[in-house]
Amino acid sequence: MKLIKDTAVKLAIPLIAIFFGFFAGAIIMLASGNNPIAGYAALIDGVIGDAYVFGETLRMMTPLIFSGIAVAFAFRTGLLNIGVEGQLIVGWLASVVVGIVFDLPMVIHLPLAILAGAIAGGIWGFLPGILKARFQVHEVIVTIMLNYVALHVSNHVIRNYMLASGQRTDFISPTASLTSDFLAGLTDFSRMHWGFFLAIAACVIMWFILWKTTKGYELRAAGFNPNASSYAGMNVKTNIVLSMVISGAFAGIGGAMEGLGTYGFIQILSSFTNLGFDGIAVALLGGSTSIGIFLAAFLFGGLKIGAANMQAGANVAPELVEIVIALIIFFVASSYLIRLILNRLQSKKEGK
Amino acid sequence: MDIISILNLIIPTAIFAATPLIFTALGGLFSERAGVVNIGLEGLMVMGAFSGIVFTLLFESLGFGAASPWVALVMAMLIGAIFSLFHAVASITFRADQIVSGVALNFLAVGLTVFLTREIFGRGQTDYISERIFRENILFLSDIPVVGNWFFSNIYPTSIVSLVFVLVVWYVVFKTPFGLRLRSVGEHPMAADTMGIKVNRMKYIAVMLSGALGGIGGAVYAITTSANFSGGTIAGQGFMALAALIFGKWNPLGVLGAALFFGFAQSLSLSAQQIPALANVPQVYLLIAPYVLTILALAGFVGKAEGPKAIGKAYEKGSR
Repeated sequence: MKLIKDTAVKLAIPLIAIFFGFFAGAIIMLASGNNPIAGYAALIDGVIGDAYVFGETLRMMTPLIFSGIAVAFAFRTGLLNIGVEGQLIVGWLASVVVGIVFDLPMVIHLPLAILAGAIAGGIWGFLPGILKARFQVHEVIVTIMLNYVALHVSNHVIRNYMLASGQRTDFISPTASLTSDFLAGLTDFSRMHWGFFLAIAACVIMWFILWKTTKGYELRAAGFNPNASSYAGMNVKTNIVLSMVISGAFAGIGGAMEGLGTYGFIQILSSFTNLGFDGIAVALLGGSTSIGIFLAAFLFGGLKIGAANMQAGANVAPELVEIVIALIIFFVASSYLIRLILNRLQSKKEGK
Repeated sequence: MDIISILNLIIPTAIFAATPLIFTALGGLFSERAGVVNIGLEGLMVMGAFSGIVFTLLFESLGFGAASPWVALVMAMLIGAIFSLFHAVASITFRADQIVSGVALNFLAVGLTVFLTREIFGRGQTDYISERIFRENILFLSDIPVVGNWFFSNIYPTSIVSLVFVLVVWYVVFKTPFGLRLRSVGEHPMAADTMGIKVNRMKYIAVMLSGALGGIGGAVYAITTSANFSGGTIAGQGFMALAALIFGKWNPLGVLGAALFFGFAQSLSLSAQQIPALANVPQVYLLIAPYVLTILALAGFVGKAEGPKAIGKAYEKGSR
């Protein structure tokens, strides 16, 4: 009986947080002289209104799923990977480099380009992992710093070695591309690409690694209680490094999705893509589960795509969705508050 | 080009670039010394930059003249302190993960300020302010040969204020009962509680101080450097302030040194083209230097950086 109740509370927290987030967004719209109903109607219309925007939403979901998985995977091992942003950027760069430089048949070229993204992201995740395992350096600060290193190094490489016109690299060769005329045709020429199905596969892979393999059990054990798992004879240090590498690899593939699917190039980035930081929101709202991440990525991806229509359809500044997303994170993170409210309601009911 | 003229070029730029970092990192120092990680410094700077510009514009139109940016700095300080309450309430009262809450604060700051900018100005950036804070010579001190040139002539008054703040914060944190309580809360909250210190109240005060100083830091940057506000005005300065805090080992004087050093690296990356010895060094090395050095410092290669003991944990009364 208690188990059912716990599951119900776990499901209720993100739903209540989403409700609070949108409710606060409505208040902000009211306070700034906009009509919240018209605003949200335009938002929803901008997500599922026609085939094009829906295709774009699925396209937007793709890197968000990967960055969400990256954050969640590390989180399951008790690590907070704020460096998904940087790992994603180096993965993006590496996949584009392989996509441009090599001349191979598609069966080899495309997997190789994705693998390059995974390896680059994995290396970028290895650094904070080894520093944590070897020198007990907190991974949060290292990953934040590495984000900036990734940004500047990537820009340096593009500017000095691969610059084409328009502050970006050349297009990748078609043999390394994830774009699909079939999917684009299906969705009224949106930029949806095959990566979406890779993202679904990644959700399954994450679930499989964590819940169906011995190593995954060890990783989760290290997250629950590093001392106990060390006492049980597991090598916690190796697991920390491994977890960061896998996490970074997922993030790197997320970057490859942008490089090989959405854009086909990488540009000089004047600031972060924010895809990695959004991954934190996705993982948190999704409760670090595969299905949760998929649904959360749909919500946030939809919000980001629908925001444009909010501007066009209801004259609400698109940044409103950023506010809503931030508030949802606050409310999920403050689940203590929601538990408190739920408990109060519960005890009141029992009192009657 | 001789060494003196190179230093003439670099030192004032370094101090100028370091000033917002000093303010913000001092804010982070209060919060982290009380055991609350503040990844949200970036967001607090964004909020400060926005308020600094908007209130300068407002006070200009009200006829405050040259005093406008200074009054706006005070407003940015207040708004930063109020805005930091999001972080305080979530992470202290509701025991949210401090890092997650800080990340959310950054999101919220960017979303809210750009949203308001669009609502007020009808586009993605504010108007330019006309009353800026300018470089000035300090009486008498600027006449000192060489050194006067570097530190006291052509310097922003805000830089001088930031140096004063360093000394004040050092005194408050290490020489007053308040500072002792602050540090005890960050090192061992249970012991502090036993001695009758209100742990969560101290944490609230500390986080609000970080908001106030972060607000000033952002406003100083906006008023002296960009003169307007848009979503890209603050791009990483808050995280660099966090780096300065760690590289400076959570000590105000260390923070000053670290911020000056990061400012130095930044100004080198900007003016390297004019210096023959550095013209051939790729700019990227100077750009990533602050971040790489912080990582090395944490790993213990450049002197071990160890934070307050109880950092990152919410305090629950009666828990062990």
